Amino acid sequence: MSLAAPASTPQAYLQAQSRWHPLEIAFWLATLLPFVLFPDYLSLASQIAITALFALSLDLILGYAGIVSLGHAAFFGIGAYSAGLISKFIWGEPLTGLILAAAVAGLVGFAVSFIISRFRHFTLIMITLGLGLLAFEAANRAHWLTGGSDGLQGVSIWPVLGIFKFDLYGYTAYAYALVTLFVVFLGARRLVNSPFGLALRGIRENWVRMPAIGADSRAHIRKAFTLAATVAGLAGAVLAQTTENVSLESISFQRSADVLVMLVLGGAGRLYGGLIGATIFMVARDQFSGIAPQYWYFWIGVLLVTVVMVLPNGILGGLSALYARWRTK
Amino acid sequence: MSTIALATRGLSKAFGSLPVARDIAINLPVGARYALIGPNGAGKTTLINLMTGMLTPNSGQILLEGEDITALGPQQRVRRGLARTFQINTLFAGLNALEAVTLAVAERRNLAGQFWRSVGSYSEAIDEAYEILRKLKLGDDCYQITRELPYGRQRLLEIALALATKPKVLLLDEPAAGVPQDESGEVFEAVAGLSDDLTLLFIEHDMHVVFRFATHIIVLVGGAIFTEGSPAEIAADPSVREVYLGKRKHG
Repeated sequence: MSLAAPASTPQAYLQAQSRWHPLEIAFWLATLLPFVLFPDYLSLASQIAITALFALSLDLILGYAGIVSLGHAAFFGIGAYSAGLISKFIWGEPLTGLILAAAVAGLVGFAVSFIISRFRHFTLIMITLGLGLLAFEAANRAHWLTGGSDGLQGVSIWPVLGIFKFDLYGYTAYAYALVTLFVVFLGARRLVNSPFGLALRGIRENWVRMPAIGADSRAHIRKAFTLAATVAGLAGAVLAQTTENVSLESISFQRSADVLVMLVLGGAGRLYGGLIGATIFMVARDQFSGIAPQYWYFWIGVLLVTVVMVLPNGILGGLSALYARWRTK
Repeated sequence: MSTIALATRGLSKAFGSLPVARDIAINLPVGARYALIGPNGAGKTTLINLMTGMLTPNSGQILLEGEDITALGPQQRVRRGLARTFQINTLFAGLNALEAVTLAVAERRNLAGQFWRSVGSYSEAIDEAYEILRKLKLGDDCYQITRELPYGRQRLLEIALALATKPKVLLLDEPAAGVPQDESGEVFEAVAGLSDDLTLLFIEHDMHVVFRFATHIIVLVGGAIFTEGSPAEIAADPSVREVYLGKRKHG
């Protein structure tokens, strides 16, 4: 095997799979544009970054391992409430609060993963739906702790690194959310290109074959689910910290359903799908709710049905197919 | 007496009131090439499912190199050296052959839990995977997505995935099932080219193939061993012809 043609060796081929594409670099540079071009929309931008992080966490289990969840907001909410409560009762330092809140969500995720890893398909959808509703009602009932439907009051976050205060315009909020998203994305990118990521794709592609090649799928799923819950908790924590408020909405079924819609819109199993789906969803919500505040979901419905019918692999799947065709020409 | 690689003792299984395996005792010597034949519904695949742990027997034992593995799960049996292929392609449709076999190698080497380094950095595992594919003449097709591979190549990939687990005993469930007659030779040439240390049990319907590749034949009828013997003995046995061969135009 000659070194002159590196793509000719199997190893070089697999190494090339994890190489950065120029479009990826362009994408991340574009995430900086709101600071310059849309300074009035930085709050929205930070909401998008948070939602994208949440969608990324769902992509790890749904897109890569094929584990559908209708209750993923449970972990988002646990992260959000944990971050809020930490700032209220312990201290308001954001970074430690963020890590602690994510750890709480991860621990709960780890416990739940023992149930998740035993089931598939429809049963799993029902179990995750049930667990999500359970988490919501628990937060609703624990009014003394969470504030119930009034929301958690008294969240107060110190300046990031003792320097950057969370301002009204959302400069700090967006920077904070974006840095968190980017750091987690780097980790997720490593994960999906690793042997573990390959094993998750194996589970997605053929659940029956995995034991026949000596794989412990349940152990893989437990690990992936715990990581996904941790990242979801991280997203919730960023929301709580940047808005200094936690509402029941953060742990609601609506949020679980929305994130699923975003991932399907953008394209599951390709990391950027969730990011793009979240952007489209949040911008559409912002724009459509300006037109008809009560009926904006109508348009999301239209968008979802159209995309699923025309582009089975989501918007990103469609774009990459188009790109591949353009390149071969 | 050669040593026994895989044995079953009094293996029985019933689906409700329907017995699918009845008191099956098999001894597979190390390096053997055994064929498992019998009419449709005789319980051949069921027997492989029992041996590999995909079904739990009602009674009886399965021994791998003398150790009782009856209580072990499928993946633990694979890790001890008992692998199988499937009659109906059970592949990773969306992965290419290189990724799929690398995954199987990574699982065996306990690398599949690693989530920080890229797959591309595990050169030994990749080289091993590629070597398996190359030996099965899949080297040139290894970048193609599995679902786009020609059917015959997919059958070879079935075998490649099983080999990646470094089995001591390999159970092949109709390795050339569905492959056109003129191409099925390619699959069996690959089987014949496997290491002599590897113990093989294969299910096959084509009697030409069975007589050519098997050193010993087990005839299964109605979930029980009807008879067994060398290919010559089986070919000469009139009762076998009656239950099985007689229905076909071979022989």
